[in-house]
Amino acid sequence: MSTDVPRVAKGDQLPELHIPVSRADLVRYAGASGDFNPIHYSRRHANEVGLPDVIAHGMLTMALAGRLVTEWTGDPGSVLHYGVRFTRPVEVPDDEGALVEVAGKVSAVHDDGTAKITITTRSAGQGVLGGASATVRLPE
Amino acid sequence: MSLDQSFIGREYPPSAPYEVGREKIREFVAAIGESSPLCTDPEAAKAAGYPDVIAPPTFAVLLSMPAQDILTGDPQLGLDYSRVVHGQQDFVHHRPIRAGDELVTVVHVDDIKTRAGNDFLTVRAEIGTPAGEAVCTAKSMLVARGTAEEGEQA
Repeated sequence: MSTDVPRVAKGDQLPELHIPVSRADLVRYAGASGDFNPIHYSRRHANEVGLPDVIAHGMLTMALAGRLVTEWTGDPGSVLHYGVRFTRPVEVPDDEGALVEVAGKVSAVHDDGTAKITITTRSAGQGVLGGASATVRLPE
Repeated sequence: MSLDQSFIGREYPPSAPYEVGREKIREFVAAIGESSPLCTDPEAAKAAGYPDVIAPPTFAVLLSMPAQDILTGDPQLGLDYSRVVHGQQDFVHHRPIRAGDELVTVVHVDDIKTRAGNDFLTVRAEIGTPAGEAVCTAKSMLVARGTAEEGEQA
């Protein structure tokens, strides 16, 4: 949960997250977000647009990666800025699903009580988000 | 195939108000696996100084994406949505979105460019209260893949 603020320093690693993602998770996210693009649940549709398999919503991948930061600060309201580039989709095979691995480190600590976190997100051995970073307000 | 450049700088009228509910936040939080009680327990949220439960940082897409339809669905823009992939997403939170909020979204077309046969459309959604309090700025970059770039999936 909350970190020991005075100890937050540039270079600090955040606790990694290893998050399994199943087809059921994609359906749940579709319902919660309202994004019902069939490439996120139908392999046939995915194949029709040239994808080898069903892929996770980019916004789900972004949300999962964001948990690295919100779990570290203990307060989802501490996130002042969060941005990513979607570089490669997360393929989610029917049976085994996918694993999304999220790591990050403190890349800057500012005088105004905020810090910048640089985030790395991988699945199946490859990066899936590029240039991902968040700026957070550190706990008082 | 390329997009109508005259759309750059365009601003659309505010969306219909969206009422943020505790149970919608709970549903979204369950879908992304967020564990913070500040998103689900009103007492915990109040103890942390929030008037009610707060939404996780990417919840704002529930407002920004539907609001963009007014632009992406405009035939004059010339966007073939079946070729569109999400290139980038960026959120600036002026304060957390919370249960009880009534929010309106104003969509702005920040940029349109064509590169290597692909069209890049940058859309900014300004989310705020009807009274004018800024809550979140959500910026999306959409890529419409050109026929020359067949086979590339980003």
